[in-house]
Amino acid sequence: MTSRFFRSAVGIGLLAVALIALPFVAALGGQAWVRILDFAILYIFLALGLNIVVGFAGLLDLGYIAFYAVGAYTWALLASPHFGLHLPIWVILPIGASLACLAGVVLGSPTLKLRGDYLAIVTLGFGEIVRIFLNNLNAPINITNGPQGITLIDPVAFGSFKFSGTTQIFGLALSGPQKYYYLLVTLAILVVVINLRLQHSRIGRAWQAIREDEVAAKAVGINTRNIKLLAFAMGASFGGIAGGIFSAMQGFVSPESFSLIESIMVLSMVVLGGMGHIPGVILGAVLLSILPEALRYGIGPLQTAVFGKMLVDPESLRMLAFGLALVLVMRFKPAGLWPSPTRQRELAEAKS
Amino acid sequence: MSEVLLEAKAVAKHFGGVQALREVSLSIRRGEIYGLIGPNGAGKTTFFNCMTGLYVPDGGGFVFAGAPLLADAPHRAAERGIARTFQNIRLFGNMTALENVMVGRHVRTGAGIFGAMFQNAATRAEEAAIRQKADDLLHYVRIEERADDLARNLSYGDQRRLEIARALATDPKLLCLDEPAAGMNATETAELRELIDGIRSDGTTVLLIEHDVKLVMGLCDRVAVLDYGALVIEDVPAVVQKDQRVIEAYLGA
Ligand SMILES: Nc1ncnc2c1ncn2[C@@H]1O[C@H](COP(=O)(O)OP(=O)(O)O)[C@@H](O)[C@H]1O
Ligand SMILES: [Mg+2]
Repeated sequence: MTSRFFRSAVGIGLLAVALIALPFVAALGGQAWVRILDFAILYIFLALGLNIVVGFAGLLDLGYIAFYAVGAYTWALLASPHFGLHLPIWVILPIGASLACLAGVVLGSPTLKLRGDYLAIVTLGFGEIVRIFLNNLNAPINITNGPQGITLIDPVAFGSFKFSGTTQIFGLALSGPQKYYYLLVTLAILVVVINLRLQHSRIGRAWQAIREDEVAAKAVGINTRNIKLLAFAMGASFGGIAGGIFSAMQGFVSPESFSLIESIMVLSMVVLGGMGHIPGVILGAVLLSILPEALRYGIGPLQTAVFGKMLVDPESLRMLAFGLALVLVMRFKPAGLWPSPTRQRELAEAKS
Repeated sequence: MSEVLLEAKAVAKHFGGVQALREVSLSIRRGEIYGLIGPNGAGKTTFFNCMTGLYVPDGGGFVFAGAPLLADAPHRAAERGIARTFQNIRLFGNMTALENVMVGRHVRTGAGIFGAMFQNAATRAEEAAIRQKADDLLHYVRIEERADDLARNLSYGDQRRLEIARALATDPKLLCLDEPAAGMNATETAELRELIDGIRSDGTTVLLIEHDVKLVMGLCDRVAVLDYGALVIEDVPAVVQKDQRVIEAYLGA
């Protein structure tokens, strides 16, 4: 008992050291790598949000990025010269999360009678509608600035402490991306804790019950409609918060960032990692956000080194490798790379 | 003993050309074990489904504990105090036996998203109470040693018991069992009989659909017979057994 406690304490200690040191290690390869790291964590955040909807409640949502967009544009409109507003983070993030939550409810209420493929199609449509709205809401009144997007967005700031630009702390020079890294890691840990707590709660059990057998769930008195709506709203709120940070970190948003492929990316992270299993989802998010970047930086130089010139555009090779990886994982590890023990057992039994 | 708990008033339901229920009226009294029998396809399960809100009746309705039951609101039926099991067992297969029963407590507990996120004292106390109650119920139906097994890995008999435990977790006034003895051997059936008798002694009214005529006649205080969706007779077992129409329609066959 005590030795197990000791071991997990050491484990957590090592993890903490690794998480603190990581942005400095990444910086050895240039600030670009720190930014890639930042995005990896942002994707963990997003994937865990979507995991509530897809993994816990079993509702296939192909329009998840719409909530990210709502959060991102909320920040962009409330903290940029576009409307001349520069509200602080503790005002914007709650507004962004609430609006995204509201969007989740708006999408959820009419669609929750649908299941499986039908729900997927409707959510896909919703995601596209939001993107198209953002693209076209520049006339007659210019709200979103259309396809040009919004620029000069305020960075995250607590009082006079800004997360953009380099600051000196304890004699250490911390770059903007490095500061964002620590902010994002803190938020991600928070989201992991919330996810774990939700999973093992009354509501989490109700979600799983609905996923297992909706009729039986109703028969024991679960208001399936409301509980599903709750999953949508929760997932959407997480998406909204992630979107706000994205907006601040980039300093620029345009509708392009919220296309269908982004929804599919986040969904792939959840499915590839191991639906409903939090460590798996984190793994999926890290792999799918970092590997393509590694390929992007690796393939070009590799070709020049081997063939003396660039034969294939690295960008298309990257997508090819990504597709191939997806197919291989789904073929050989259909429950994801790191599924929950239950799910693993389930598939093993199904095979034998 | 004579107070009416559930009253069905001219409940009718058809599927296309099939008249599954023809204006069925019956009343179940508080504290009794009430049997509902009839040949296959007589409409027994359909009656359950109408009562628990899974189907909307074409006509008629139910009064439960003095107030009408809403159609098309299954979770409300459980809230009001009607719990059921299914003819073709419907457990949450990939959850453990204990978790299945814990889900049954959902309707009598209230922790929400914020309770789950902040794990305040009230939420933790409620969660502990849920676990305790679920544990007690597994003991009650005598499958406590299977608590941590996935529901779908339980034996058939244990699954039936687990489904009853889950239903009991909702603190029902009326427990509806749809052919609980189907597929059970003689020993299991005898144990089930004991269990049902115990549930009634502990204050829950039981509505029992069953094929096993011997079990029904021995266990039930009153019995209703359905045939082709119509109520043939509703009386004590001794009278029902001797009724000519019942013998023709069902017992004799
Ligand atoms: N969902 C349904 N759709 C169409 N027909 C149904 C449905 N449910 C029941 N029925 C029909 O209603 C009749 C009564 O069925 P049921 O209530 O299951 O009988 P029992 O439980 O008494 O064996 C049967 O003829 C059955 O085929
Ligand atoms: Mg039946």
